[in-house]
Amino acid sequence: MNTLIFRTIAPFLAALMLVFSVFVLLRGHNEPGGGFIGGLIAASAFAIQGLAQGVSAVRRALKMDPLGIAAIGLLLSALAGFLPFLGAMPFMTGLWIDLNLVADTVPVSSVMLFDIGVYLVVAGTVTAIALALEEKETD
Amino acid sequence: MASTAAVSPALLEQAMSIAPVPPEHWLIVAPVLVPLAGGAALIALRHRPGAGRALVGRLSILLLALTLAANIGLFLMVVEKGALTMVMGRWLPPFGIAFTADRLGAAFSLSAAAIALLAAIFTRGEAGTGAPAYGPEPFHLLLLAGVSGAFLTGDIFNLYVWFEVLLIASFGLLALGPDRAELDGALKYGFLNLAGTTLFLVAVGLVYGVTGTLNMADLAMRLPAMEGVPAVTLAALFLFAFSMKAAAFPVQFWLPAAYHTPRASTAALFAALLTKVGVYAMLRVLVMLMPAPLEELSLLIAAIAAATMLFGGLGVLAERDLRRLPGFVLISGIGTMLAGIALHSPGGATGAIFYGLQSMALMLALYLALFEAARLAGTPDLMKGGGLYARHPLFSGLVLALFFAAAGLPPFSGFWPKALIVKAALDIGAWWLAGAVLLSGFFLTVGLARAYMLAFWHPQRPPAPVGRGPQTGQAALSARPQKLALTTILPLAVAALAVIGFGLFPERLLQLSGDAASGLADPAAYVGSVFPGAKP
Amino acid sequence: MEAILALLSTAFLAAAFYLLLSRHVVRMLIGVALLGNGVNLSLFLAGRLTRGVPPVMGAGEEVLKAGAANPLPQALILTAIVISFSFFAFLLVLGYRAYQTLGTDDTRAMRFAEPDRLDPPTGY
Repeated sequence: MNTLIFRTIAPFLAALMLVFSVFVLLRGHNEPGGGFIGGLIAASAFAIQGLAQGVSAVRRALKMDPLGIAAIGLLLSALAGFLPFLGAMPFMTGLWIDLNLVADTVPVSSVMLFDIGVYLVVAGTVTAIALALEEKETD
Repeated sequence: MASTAAVSPALLEQAMSIAPVPPEHWLIVAPVLVPLAGGAALIALRHRPGAGRALVGRLSILLLALTLAANIGLFLMVVEKGALTMVMGRWLPPFGIAFTADRLGAAFSLSAAAIALLAAIFTRGEAGTGAPAYGPEPFHLLLLAGVSGAFLTGDIFNLYVWFEVLLIASFGLLALGPDRAELDGALKYGFLNLAGTTLFLVAVGLVYGVTGTLNMADLAMRLPAMEGVPAVTLAALFLFAFSMKAAAFPVQFWLPAAYHTPRASTAALFAALLTKVGVYAMLRVLVMLMPAPLEELSLLIAAIAAATMLFGGLGVLAERDLRRLPGFVLISGIGTMLAGIALHSPGGATGAIFYGLQSMALMLALYLALFEAARLAGTPDLMKGGGLYARHPLFSGLVLALFFAAAGLPPFSGFWPKALIVKAALDIGAWWLAGAVLLSGFFLTVGLARAYMLAFWHPQRPPAPVGRGPQTGQAALSARPQKLALTTILPLAVAALAVIGFGLFPERLLQLSGDAASGLADPAAYVGSVFPGAKP
Repeated sequence: MEAILALLSTAFLAAAFYLLLSRHVVRMLIGVALLGNGVNLSLFLAGRLTRGVPPVMGAGEEVLKAGAANPLPQALILTAIVISFSFFAFLLVLGYRAYQTLGTDDTRAMRFAEPDRLDPPTGY
């Protein structure tokens, strides 16, 4: 498994997968994609990196405990559900704002915030599980 | 990608509720939202340098106090105005996921929050078994979020989701410790509970296939019309799934195998909350939604109840591990509540609800007290410790009150629901069920009295050499000084006071349980809060 | 079609329960994975089978096309897949750790939480 080719390619592959996971996340509102699948892709990237470079290297690179990332995601999702409180609407109502950026208007919503939360939850938990399994194999 | 403004308001009103929601209605989701967000924040916080166990512990108490306050607010509002509903995301009820709080749900959620707060206070004085960063507090909060969600949701698939939330939080708690016994217990608990919830999911799928809806108020209008074999099959599937959760005979063996392995506060929280969720689900789904098949299954449920009670009673007689002992008391209590459900009468349901509410406080206190007793005695083995009464008379007095309440002796809280259930059983001529309640109470009295004599009254025995006997489990069991901290005695005392208070002044709780039971028997108010103007 | 899928779901469930009854944790884990699939299939059947029209609305449409599949069971299955996946992953880690710590994957040899046999308390 731990060949020279794999070790050389893995960082590039992981970086590509991380970018792709964000693309899938943002695409997800109206087209196939979304936070869950994006998070899985990101977790796979970390898992591949863990196989190639060792688990401790990935943990160092993440700077944060994977479960902490998941917790921040859960917090963001809960916050997205709470936002409608300010507008006298029920829990989890989707709120939309059209942001006027330089060239285009970009719709930003609490739904997206929720999805980003899901992305972080899935990426964090699955990374934690994958790293735990890999750790036992190598050490 | 467009905002909703593009659709005309008239069209919107057909699919969405666009009336503004008064802020106090947010109290319906606050008991879930606060611990969920709080638990997440504490997990994120626990690895921050400088944020030690102490900060996480204090914050958890603060968050739980906040949850308790929200629950009190919700409970008062529900008692005053009747059942309340909030539908997620402004979608109209049968399509949007509803949170509905009636008396039953609000009362269970309120006691769950109070129990979790007491457990969190106890945790502050508890010796940590793992690394400082991995305290149980965040998972306690997530567990409470799952439990409150199950109590307050008005959607049967959502109920399944909350079951899974509390299950995953409980997995996290069980697997925290590095101990061999803990891993062993966690594995068995995990597989069996997963199988139970999966069966629940099968039943939910079949309900959707038959009725085409998942909203409980909608089901309350449609399911009673269903009868015959499919209805009984469905009810039996639900019964099996919830029995596994509640630890009823013959699917209760996972409970004594797992509940004594984690730390005291975790075990106490599990015992107080998790099995009650199973009983609550039975009350909600079988009693409220499927009264007709319940009638057909009542003999089976009564037999299960009797077997569960007797198993618990015999278990108490045979057990010599102080930390496994309360598990059998718990199982016998589950049998008592099942008996109330099986009777399918107002008295029976009232008794089951009363028993469930007081049993939360009782089981919390019993688990905390007996784990603490095992620690103080230096061994969980009844035949090896002893001398606790001489050293800690106040603590031992509390335990005696708890034992009385657990055995169902007057004037403690366990007596009233048992009396109600026995009377309801005799009213319909089910003398054998009443006999089973009384016989199990007798077993409990004998077993607990002997345990008290051996562990508390017996003079202290000399420390025996290590040999055959119950596994000590936690390495820290005897390492701590033989002193009782305030954080240990305070939750115990509050829970014991509640148990004694419910016993001496049962009228209010009796009234509440009766109201909750009649709300289940006639869900018109529940349905009305979800569909204003609908007739069930 | 419904009958075939129902039989398939039954086969999944039967295999899952057979494996869950096994003594070895690894087999039980495979049983858990199969159990989730069988249940998801039965959920899918609960929403009635229709062929051809996916439950997707194009731009400007406000209702689903006639004969479209029921989207709700699909959403339920999605939720259930996510949950069963995370449970499987968790139990996998737990089983692996148990195997490493306890030195066995035979559930009959796992007697750490419940000691083999202890006599009830006798005498005073």
